[in-house]
Amino acid sequence: MVEAVLQSNPEYQKALADQEIEARAQRAIRKRRLAVRGWQIGIFVAIFGLWELGADTGWIDPFFYASPSAVIERLVDWAQNGTTEGSLWFNLWVTMEEALIGFVIGSITGVIVGIALGRNPMLSDILSVYIKAFNSIPRVVLAPIFIMILGLGLASKVALAFIMVFFVVFANAFQGVREADRDLIANAKILGASDWQVTRSVIVPSAMSWIFASLHISFGFAIIGAIVGEFVGARFGIGQLISIAKGTFDSAGMFAAIILVMVITLFAEWIMTLIENRLAKWRPQQSIDVQ
Amino acid sequence: MQADKGGVPAIELVDVTRRFVSPTGKNLTALRDFDMSVAQGEFAAVVGPTGCGKSTTLNLVTGLARPTSGEVRLMGAPVSGIDPRVGFVFQKDALFPWKNVIDNVMAGPLFRGKSTAEAERLAKDWLTRVGLSKFLHHSPHQLSGGMRKRVSLAQTFVNEPEILLMDEPFSALDVQTRTVMHEELLNLWSERQASVVFVTHDLEEAVALADKVYVLTAGPATVKSVYKIDLPRPRVVSEIRYDPAFVKYCRTIWDDLREEVETSYRRANEAA
Repeated sequence: MVEAVLQSNPEYQKALADQEIEARAQRAIRKRRLAVRGWQIGIFVAIFGLWELGADTGWIDPFFYASPSAVIERLVDWAQNGTTEGSLWFNLWVTMEEALIGFVIGSITGVIVGIALGRNPMLSDILSVYIKAFNSIPRVVLAPIFIMILGLGLASKVALAFIMVFFVVFANAFQGVREADRDLIANAKILGASDWQVTRSVIVPSAMSWIFASLHISFGFAIIGAIVGEFVGARFGIGQLISIAKGTFDSAGMFAAIILVMVITLFAEWIMTLIENRLAKWRPQQSIDVQ
Repeated sequence: MQADKGGVPAIELVDVTRRFVSPTGKNLTALRDFDMSVAQGEFAAVVGPTGCGKSTTLNLVTGLARPTSGEVRLMGAPVSGIDPRVGFVFQKDALFPWKNVIDNVMAGPLFRGKSTAEAERLAKDWLTRVGLSKFLHHSPHQLSGGMRKRVSLAQTFVNEPEILLMDEPFSALDVQTRTVMHEELLNLWSERQASVVFVTHDLEEAVALADKVYVLTAGPATVKSVYKIDLPRPRVVSEIRYDPAFVKYCRTIWDDLREEVETSYRRANEAA
């Protein structure tokens, strides 16, 4: 009777062979991936298609909003003939240099200070009030001061990028140290680790995932620092290009500069993910549940 | 076989009291007038109701915590700081998740200034003894709970501790694995002749493993009674539970322990 019930149920399936299950899972994964990619491309085409269409037919004013084709044209023109401020690559490099130096110095000092304060409760109690106060200053308001003190060149932008990166990385490193497992620390101590060895072999690795989470966003902050610095006062750089484009009502130029910055930041993000995956091999991989 | 070697006791707690003061200034006494003495090469187990202060006892012996009054002595000398002769096995496994198996076991010798080659030799030796020589380069998260515990044991034993402290080390394991681990522990111990303090809430585990069982009162903990377990060694843990003498020990000690468990349970209910 039970058998009859089961057979009459169209949903009922006999157990599948392993290969069949795997093949189905593979198909399901592929299908899902295609659907996601399809939607992504669809949305891209819709947005830029509408933009282009709107600009061509006059629904939106191309003087203010430009159009994708005008932006691409401008990018090609910049790449081939250079900008008003000299070669595009040079301007790009100037911004990158400012952001990179600020990012590297800012994240290294952020990690060191974060770990040092995290390991030293007395010092962190004393300094916490100052850190909180300083942290509540919106970093961009420091741009004019840095430019006044350090001039229009590299140093003022590096300083701004540094300040933007430092606090994010510092806060994460500090928290990462605080969250380190007490049993692991006790274990290392009993196994014979000195304070320095505990820091190096327990605290730093366990704070690493916190630190990396902050590095991801803070490269973006370094770029913001460099560009805001250039807005306020500079001779070269992407921020300066945007600033000049604004001054000449060149909307295509502004969008072109924005796209450049976006591409750079995405590229940096990608590199960061590669590094992180190399360093964090010990973390368990999640298995995918396929329905 | 594991009789007192006649020298000074390996571990001694003399009239120890340990209080904690919470940040708001509230006073909490974990241990009160606590006396304990473990001879060299002796296996002592400590049982008591949950939350009574068993783990505090161990922390005092490691030197991670200091007694509020009284004295803790190792081999006759008072404890000051973390003693290199001490090994500790944690309740949940405290392996470094970012290190693979062999690096975890090498950590102790490396911390203690041994050369990499020497540390590797020792680590391989101990991992072979606990049956994990084929898993040297696995990450802890790739191993089962029992295997991780074996790595923990190797990690502790590789330092050749004279004093071995264990804080409910097998409580997270399933029953079969636990029995296997008991056998392994007794084998390792009989080779090493270390003095052991084994904290557990499992009375049968305590009787099966130990020479001496301390029963603690509901917190603040103090020693209620001490039982000498005269079961012959070497013991086969998987079979000893059918031994009438074993059953008798368990029943006697349980009668004693039950009162404390009930007190602790009643208090928890009143507090809730």
